[in-house]
Amino acid sequence: MEKKSFEILDVTLRDGSHSMSHAFTPQQVRETARGLDAAGVRYFEVSHGDGLGGSSLQYGLSAHDELKLIEIAADECKQAEVSVLLIPGIGVKGDLQDAVKAGAKMVRVATHVTEADVAAQHIALGRELGLKTVGFLMMSHMASVEKIVEQAKLFESYGAEVIYVTDSAGYMLPQDVTNRISALKQSVGCEIGFHGHNNLSMAMANTVAAVEAGATFIDGSLRALGAGSGNTQTEVMVAVLERLGYQTGIDFYKIMDVANDVVAKYMPRPQEISGSSLIMGYSGVYSSFLLHTQVAAKRFGVDERDILVELGRIKAIGGQEDLIYDVAQRLAVQI
Amino acid sequence: MNKLKVGIIGSGNIGTDLMYKIERCDSLEMSVMVGIDPDSEGLKRAQDAGYTVISNGIDGLMKQLDLVDIVFDATSAYAHKAHSDLLTAAGKKVIDLTPAAIGPFTVPPVNLKANFESSNVNMVTCGGQATIPIVYAISRIVPVEYAEIVATVASKSAGPGTRANIDEFTHTTARAIEVVGGAEKGKAIIILNPAEPPVIMRDTVNALIKDKNFDEAAVIASIEKMVTDVQEYVPGYRLRGAPQFDGQRVSVFLEVEGAGDFFPAYSGNLDIMTAAAAKVANEMAKELLATKA
Repeated sequence: MEKKSFEILDVTLRDGSHSMSHAFTPQQVRETARGLDAAGVRYFEVSHGDGLGGSSLQYGLSAHDELKLIEIAADECKQAEVSVLLIPGIGVKGDLQDAVKAGAKMVRVATHVTEADVAAQHIALGRELGLKTVGFLMMSHMASVEKIVEQAKLFESYGAEVIYVTDSAGYMLPQDVTNRISALKQSVGCEIGFHGHNNLSMAMANTVAAVEAGATFIDGSLRALGAGSGNTQTEVMVAVLERLGYQTGIDFYKIMDVANDVVAKYMPRPQEISGSSLIMGYSGVYSSFLLHTQVAAKRFGVDERDILVELGRIKAIGGQEDLIYDVAQRLAVQI
Repeated sequence: MNKLKVGIIGSGNIGTDLMYKIERCDSLEMSVMVGIDPDSEGLKRAQDAGYTVISNGIDGLMKQLDLVDIVFDATSAYAHKAHSDLLTAAGKKVIDLTPAAIGPFTVPPVNLKANFESSNVNMVTCGGQATIPIVYAISRIVPVEYAEIVATVASKSAGPGTRANIDEFTHTTARAIEVVGGAEKGKAIIILNPAEPPVIMRDTVNALIKDKNFDEAAVIASIEKMVTDVQEYVPGYRLRGAPQFDGQRVSVFLEVEGAGDFFPAYSGNLDIMTAAAAKVANEMAKELLATKA
């Protein structure tokens, strides 16, 4: 029973925000936070899907003030701690200071996998505020192992305590995860995390690969509620890891209860692998483009798969939701 | 003498590109390039072109003040304050290309002549120069409750200054969307895309119009007129597709291709900044020369 060597971080209330069109209600946040805390999850994340300050016409306006939601979540925590996501270029340092006042204890500063140097001031602020501070390398499939190591070293030099390999497009296969995590374990001193998406039905396999390669922070979401086909399913991950001989510290029945009695009740649709999310995983497109692509496809009368294939071809990265409409408009003209 | 003499502080990318823009201005005469690295590409090019070169920064320039009438600062927000204090005290006009925002914001097709009296004029940010004209084009027809811009630039065109000052970019741009663009509330987002070959600068303006009923055709006409106004000094500035309307929401997609002076053409973000600054200085010079005459 020695094999408890990692933390499970639940992102239902942040990555799930994409699937919920950024409309989590205070009641939903309260009940989910209460269930996660009771089940023994140590960290869970609450923010707009695109992080603090993400509420926008570009990504979707938040139906409720995210600071209020963070406060509600923090209020439910007896042992757990609330994390927030911050993407420099979208959110600013002031947003993080406000989130800390609302009760956040951890920050994950996210950049595209090659752009870590925009995060120096935000990571420094996280440390200064006494937060558990994480560097989050999005779209990690788009960079070579060497590039990821170089960028992780930058994060570490700014003060990050944990560095995440983030498979934002759900594109990676287990070997890709193993290669990246193993290389990071060898070259940086901080802890390594993994965040997966299930667009190719690989989220769980990738999670197991990450843990076995030495990752000590693993993301999941209840009922897989997250962008695209969702994330590694938290309650399933608990079962799988226990079977592998790890002790997760999470109460299996209680985590199932919050998944099924709370989250399942408010999910707008099951997190199945649809044609569009499958294309995302196959061609490496940012998972949160899913709902925006559906809207744009309808609006311009084009096939959403064509939009996604084109976005993959032109190497769109996270945050470029405006490009979806641009591409859809151009495809419509060509028809 | 029908030209004012120009000094540029900062011999990096922006300063060097600006030098070529100044050469094409009819009321400006490129005079001095100021840097701190004698081996910098910018100082070498200025020297080859026959301009005075100063390699010990502002201190060197302060000893040869008679060489300049207008000084552009293309260093950093942090260094700008001290430069501005010294130069304005000596009666020089200062055009600020850093996000320091000490002087009033200027976006040429919106308020070109509004700040000529001011001793220090700020050029907002690259994303601001590309999008605020459009926000203004909408708000001069109908009140705009909220405007948000998304600037996507090639990673290669974002230097260490931009990267270290990413929060300053969003703050300064958002404020100028309100002050110059005329939106009640502004928001700015910037994205650095590392794709190869590098992507041309793209900008999206999303605005929420206050009234339910408004003249869509008038808004479109105003936007199109504005695009031609910007094209006068940035020929590669263009709409991508027609403006999109969805109830009270307007979305405008733009692309900015640079002139390719010192930067490759994809760096429209840098080009629009230097072109706008040169335009402001040139018009300012015309006015100053006219009042002197």
